[in-house]
Amino acid sequence: MENVLTAVPLVVFIPLAGMLINLFFGKYFGEFGVGFIGVTASGLAFVVAALLWAGLRDNNFEAVVVNPPLFDGWISIPSANLEIPWQFRVDTLSVTMMLVVSGVGTLIHLYAVGYMHGDPRFPRFFVYLNLFLVFMMTLVTGNNILMMFVGWEGVGLCSYLLIGFWFDKSRVFPDGVSEGWKNSNAARKAMIVNRIGDFGVLLAIFLTFWTFGTLDFYKPDEQPIGGHAEEAEEHALVIASTDEVIAEEEHDLSNMGFLNQAQVLLSDGEEHQVKFGSVDLSLKAIVTLITLLMLLGAAGKSAQIPLFVWLPDAMAGPTPVSALIHAATMVTAGVYMMVRANVLFHHAEVSSFIVTVIGATTAIMAGFIAVGQWDVKKVLAYSTVSQLGFMVAAVGLGAYAAAIFHLVTHAFFKALLFLASGSIIHGMEHGHHHSHDSHHAHHEEEFDPQDMRTMGGLRRKMPITYWTYVIGTFALAGIFPFAGFWSKDEILADSFRVFWDEGELKGIFALMLLITAAGFTAFYMWRQVSLVFYGEPRHEAGEHASESSLLMTLPLMILAVLSIFGGFLNTPSDLPLLTDLFGAHKFTDWLGHSVVNAHAGEFLWWLALGALGVAVFAIFAARQLYADETTSTVRITGDPLARNPQTSQAFALANAKLLWDEMYFKYLENPFNVASRFLADRVDWQFWHDFFHHNIVYLPFDQGAKGISGNVDKVVIDKGIMMVFARGPWEIARRVRRVQTGFVRIYALTILLGTVLVMIAILFPDIRDILGI
Amino acid sequence: MFPAPPTFEDLNVWAALPVIILSLWASVLLVADRFINNKFYVAAYSLLGVGISLVIALFQAGDLFDIGESGTAFEGMFMADQFTYVVNIVALISAAIGILISYEYLERTKLDRGEYYILLMFSAAGAMLMGSSNNLSMIFISLELLSIPLYILSGIRRPQEESEESAMKYFLLGAFSSSFLVYGIALVFGAAGSLDLGEIVVVAQTISEQEATQRYLLLIGAGLITVGLGFKVAAVPFHMWTPDVYQGAPTPVTAYMSSVAKVGGFAAFLRVLVTGLPIIAEGGDAAVWVDTLQILAALTLLLGNLVAIMQYDLKRLLAYSSIAHAGYILIALAAGGVPGVGDSAAQAALVYLAAYAFTNIGAFAVVAAIEKDDSTGTTMDDIKGLAVKRPWLAGAMSVFMFSLTGIPLTAGFIGKFWVFRAAMDAGLEPLAVLGVLTSAISAFYYVRVVWNMYFETGDAVVPERQQYLTSGLVITAAGTLILGLLPFILENLVRDASLAILR
Repeated sequence: MENVLTAVPLVVFIPLAGMLINLFFGKYFGEFGVGFIGVTASGLAFVVAALLWAGLRDNNFEAVVVNPPLFDGWISIPSANLEIPWQFRVDTLSVTMMLVVSGVGTLIHLYAVGYMHGDPRFPRFFVYLNLFLVFMMTLVTGNNILMMFVGWEGVGLCSYLLIGFWFDKSRVFPDGVSEGWKNSNAARKAMIVNRIGDFGVLLAIFLTFWTFGTLDFYKPDEQPIGGHAEEAEEHALVIASTDEVIAEEEHDLSNMGFLNQAQVLLSDGEEHQVKFGSVDLSLKAIVTLITLLMLLGAAGKSAQIPLFVWLPDAMAGPTPVSALIHAATMVTAGVYMMVRANVLFHHAEVSSFIVTVIGATTAIMAGFIAVGQWDVKKVLAYSTVSQLGFMVAAVGLGAYAAAIFHLVTHAFFKALLFLASGSIIHGMEHGHHHSHDSHHAHHEEEFDPQDMRTMGGLRRKMPITYWTYVIGTFALAGIFPFAGFWSKDEILADSFRVFWDEGELKGIFALMLLITAAGFTAFYMWRQVSLVFYGEPRHEAGEHASESSLLMTLPLMILAVLSIFGGFLNTPSDLPLLTDLFGAHKFTDWLGHSVVNAHAGEFLWWLALGALGVAVFAIFAARQLYADETTSTVRITGDPLARNPQTSQAFALANAKLLWDEMYFKYLENPFNVASRFLADRVDWQFWHDFFHHNIVYLPFDQGAKGISGNVDKVVIDKGIMMVFARGPWEIARRVRRVQTGFVRIYALTILLGTVLVMIAILFPDIRDILGI
Repeated sequence: MFPAPPTFEDLNVWAALPVIILSLWASVLLVADRFINNKFYVAAYSLLGVGISLVIALFQAGDLFDIGESGTAFEGMFMADQFTYVVNIVALISAAIGILISYEYLERTKLDRGEYYILLMFSAAGAMLMGSSNNLSMIFISLELLSIPLYILSGIRRPQEESEESAMKYFLLGAFSSSFLVYGIALVFGAAGSLDLGEIVVVAQTISEQEATQRYLLLIGAGLITVGLGFKVAAVPFHMWTPDVYQGAPTPVTAYMSSVAKVGGFAAFLRVLVTGLPIIAEGGDAAVWVDTLQILAALTLLLGNLVAIMQYDLKRLLAYSSIAHAGYILIALAAGGVPGVGDSAAQAALVYLAAYAFTNIGAFAVVAAIEKDDSTGTTMDDIKGLAVKRPWLAGAMSVFMFSLTGIPLTAGFIGKFWVFRAAMDAGLEPLAVLGVLTSAISAFYYVRVVWNMYFETGDAVVPERQQYLTSGLVITAAGTLILGLLPFILENLVRDASLAILR
């Protein structure tokens, strides 16, 4: 089975083929054909990923680097000693990502066939989706950070294209802006905000190359050195024990990828210096800088403070896009990158602290905002931001396996929730159409199919959606034994371990914030479930809503199963029955083969029970609080939290999204605009153009030119020199032409004269000598 | 009693394979032509012969196969080196394109005679032999082999007065100038006691210490050879036949002649002057004839470019243009007389000739394409609005015009670049500056052609599209652009071309 590992390029090229087929021939296929090709491409990629998983298991989990046929030399600048091949890396981490991307991706492709039914740009949508897979696979399989960056930028492009997919929707909002404009504006926002993060990644890449002289994570023939911190220390001891080995190791550094180099250099206990021209910086400082720049990139792509503002707006895209790109896969790229570089983060304590703070703060901040949202997808968007905060915090805490574990389970249940919300929106739209058809004279009121205030009572109309949604909610809220419970608990347990065992402040900080965030999570999710599914329909659309087609509900059901059982991938040790059934932290062990600093989390009974208690309490509170609202049969106007004087201000803040956009506008965009207006109007126009150019350059020049042109030019140039230079060639030509009479005798005479000329010329030196001139 | 007859290996016969094949092929075809009624086949067979010869020449130039040894052949009469190979290639490509653009023209003007193609091949063989001559007698014979078919070809449209007149003028003046050449050869022989360039150069190198008579003989001989060859390449003041002959001859003949005669003439020029007669003046370090050639080059550049401005007929315009371009190659030739620059000057001349061959044949082919059956319709008025009627034709013509001007990304620019660089290396800065200035002047009349095609409207009727001529145009236009875009092709080809025997 090891040979199957060389098939890894297929995970990129199969979706690429699907994309190309749909791109060029999609318009001839019809919806079925296009959907079939899109789903098949994604499904085959999943099959390949599954084969890779099996192959890797047979290969003792040892990573393999594969050169794609025909593409092995990607960038090669011999003079700069720069050799960046396009190599695929098959290790446990990349295969995990491949499985998630293609597995969840296939389900979402399938769902999208139903969801996008009837859209005029149906083929284009699948072209973009498959293109996204191409780039996402490039991102997770690249064996060097630059190849990863290619995928990174590519998924950003696809995200941009898909957020603005409905750029031409004509519905006009009350504030006079068309929906299409809002959609494309959201796309632009995502692109621009991500630029900032990408800038960080690029700088990190440059620094990495400067420091380590290579961009490869690991070279093709090496395995990750060391493992847990202790092993790395042992390794350093071994190195230090004999000088011989040191020499050999140092010699070997040139053949190492930068992660192994960092591992060796940072754990040998010595100070290493990196030259920047005349300045020397310690390697530790450089690694801190690299990791902080990576954090900036992750903040953009994985929607962390301060760059998360694009993700809620990105919900303007079609719901399958929200599920695939903006919940399950692309937004986790930042987490993936940081886990891939876990060696660097492990040794950069300062960066890890900042990462923890950013992640935990993002988690609680987004969880708080989600409570105050009315848009069904906005709630989920902020929930995604919050959960990404959990993952980032886990990276900061050193719980790399937990971060990826949460990434995987989150991919399951958040994709489920988004798809189910799409099903809800679909049902509401359908019901709205239906009610319109029956009442022709119905007045044209503004109807927003995503507004939870107009929903209610969908439980009976859409049973499958309801049940799967509840499963997703339980998984997200961290209810035992759903997937989220295990992954979230591992992060919480690790933060306690960091605080208690290692005595680090970030541990307790993260623990407090994350538990609170978990409480928020359970609360806003059950608030959503209550408002959407319980009680009576509050709008005609809800009354006429019907369950979505099987094409859409089937992926929901599959994802629901995964959301229930996904957590057992990584059951902690020492659990009665469950450990026996599913084994102890299998996922962590599996991941540990490529993530050298992965470690299994402990299971803390009291913490798990406490977190569970918080979640259950929050659900119960939400149920009580929103019970009254659900009985209404008309669109509810306010939230009980807003009516309560004690919480109204907090709710207003949450509803206003903590004024992030407004603050950015006021403190960044506005000053920027003022400054650029000042530069444009005052400096450039008034000073430079009006004053400097006009008064200092133009007027003297004009006056001088007038003087010159009036007297000098008209008289001397025009009359005199122009006659010589312009009329001259013409006159010469006219006169010389007259010699061309057509008579051979004249021609022969000319040759004779020419001969004399040549004779004189060639003998001129001698003639001169003879004449003594 | 008699020495044993030399074997093929002694004679190094295979080194001359391209020209041998071409001559034999033409001779056989001359007989076969009597029995081929459809002249299309004669044209096709001729093209095949040229093609075979070209393939072998390319093999030789590219060092792909060892076909004969580099060095002298035929007991010193023939020189086979990279210079020879490149000249062969340029001459053969000219001949191939010449055949391509001729067929339909001859057909529609009722001139489809088989001997046309055969004569064309013979003259190509002449040009090739001029490039490979290592002996003054060879130079003269091959010059005649080049010239005589061209005399006939000019007059092949026999009942027509212009054609007859051009053939007559060309022949008379050609004979007149050939006599100068022969006289020059005789004087050089008198001075050096040999016709072999390798032996002449030994005498020429040591001449300054010997008596004056011998030196004068050599110098006057060199001058007379310059006259004779200068006539062939249309250098001022031996250029006066050019406009009349070019205008009178059938247009494809003009196209071919303008290229191949220059290739042959300049090849011989380089062989005789740079290889054979690098006579050093007392106290100077450049050959004596450098100043003479500088004067000729300057005159040629100025007159060709200036008079071209006045021309109304495209064929006459291109005739003066070809005079002007002779001037640019003369710059390279003059640079070749400076020690140490000889090779790079020869290479520059070859590059320029290759670029010029594509461009100029192409330009004349466009004229052939728009010419009417009664050989009118070649004036500036007839191309007005051509871009609307025949956009591709006008596009090709624009490419040729820009290339002739020397605009970058065309072959013409590369040629000029090489020539001016050689001039700068040789310290002939004034000549290089003059070359640049006259290039600027030349833009005036070249761009006027483009202007007329694109920005004027006219109602002249243009003949139908002609298949083979179009393929010739495609080759020339593509060649012009490719040589301009990928200059290293030519650079690799000429890199090993070298003329100097003595260092």
